[in-house]
Amino acid sequence: MWPNKFDYQRAESIDQALELIGDEGKFLAGGHSLLPVMKLRLSAPEQLVDIGRIDSLRGISANGGLSIGATTTHAEIAASGDVQSMCAALASACGQVGDQAVRNFGTIGGNIAHADPASDPPTVLVACGATINIQGADGARSVAAQDFFADLFETDLEDGELITGISLPNCSDCQCAYVKFPHPASRYAIVGVAVCLKMDGDTCAQADVAVGGATVKAVKCAGAEAALAGSTLDDTALNAAADMVKADIEEWLAGDVAYPEAYRQQMAGVYLKRAVKAAAG
Amino acid sequence: MRISVTVNGVAQERDVDPRTLLVHFLREELDLTGTKIGCDTSQCGACTVHLDGKALKSCTLLAAQADGANVTTIEGLAVDGEHHPMQTAFWENHGLQCGYCTPGMIMATTAFVEDNPGASEEAIRHNLEGNICRCTGYHNIVKAVKQVADAAAGGD
Repeated sequence: MWPNKFDYQRAESIDQALELIGDEGKFLAGGHSLLPVMKLRLSAPEQLVDIGRIDSLRGISANGGLSIGATTTHAEIAASGDVQSMCAALASACGQVGDQAVRNFGTIGGNIAHADPASDPPTVLVACGATINIQGADGARSVAAQDFFADLFETDLEDGELITGISLPNCSDCQCAYVKFPHPASRYAIVGVAVCLKMDGDTCAQADVAVGGATVKAVKCAGAEAALAGSTLDDTALNAAADMVKADIEEWLAGDVAYPEAYRQQMAGVYLKRAVKAAAG
Repeated sequence: MRISVTVNGVAQERDVDPRTLLVHFLREELDLTGTKIGCDTSQCGACTVHLDGKALKSCTLLAAQADGANVTTIEGLAVDGEHHPMQTAFWENHGLQCGYCTPGMIMATTAFVEDNPGASEEAIRHNLEGNICRCTGYHNIVKAVKQVADAAAGGD
């Protein structure tokens, strides 16, 4: 399959990329989200600005928190010792995207710009309090991941703006996990749940929860968080949290003929409990 | 636009339409038809090649993105007429039925074993998630990959 015609330009720097991008242009990094939708003619940008060779957009640094460049690949994030120790759930989620060949070239920035509701990393980014760093012609800004994902394939990104990277707090004193119910053929998440727990002895001092796959976007789940916080994560608390998470995602549910909304909503409760148990270890 | 890609050790310079996918470049510009097009949607892995040593689904990259890179295809695996050990193992274990997925299978698994010598059968099976054999001939494929993985770990 061939995409529609477009102009291709390669940018050597962030500034040059922002200068080159036109109204009908898109940034291209790994291309593993963008090219498939262009081949299916679901997207037909007139211009691609290739940012894949801008060194300053790539790499992982750990300095208090985590800083991950936009064109860092899923494979690099999954294999990073810093990510594994500071946000294990993100390493796990990036290791579950597509397959090895896709992870070798697909990038985290492209993944979140695409905002596929069934993708894995967005759910973790929302649960773990990530910040998305964005640059545009008028300067730089940052937005919380939970505000970045707006709706089905919709983000807070304005035309001409470039995701430069992601910042994450150091979760090494938290216990976090990402657990998903993969579609048996595509391995996309039918339901994906990310949980980040701060424990004080046997008591859960704070819980952060997000759900994806079952919803049109990754959704932060305040009700489930409140049900877990202050508990010892016993069955009563887990059952209460499972009930609450179903309410938390009610407004955003998505489904299809094989896995309808009501089924995914029910499974979100099941997978929330599994994610909490995986995080609590 | 003009691009230069080193394919199987040979520098290849061509003018291409920017929307040319790497798999089209290999098959139609260079006549390297060992690389197959299967699903054309980054799922089946029939088009897997190595780009700078990493397994890549060549239906999901513009040839323009490969400008300046090193690409290895199934045609470039044998050295001086000697099969790569993975090719030999597929032969010895009959790791194919119709053969359509075989080039992609071999390119994906050579990259995998290089990074994971001594890989377990479970890891090998998991790694094959990106390559589909519609004859369902996975069992002998796994045997072939295990043979090379064991040898790479210092076996015979």
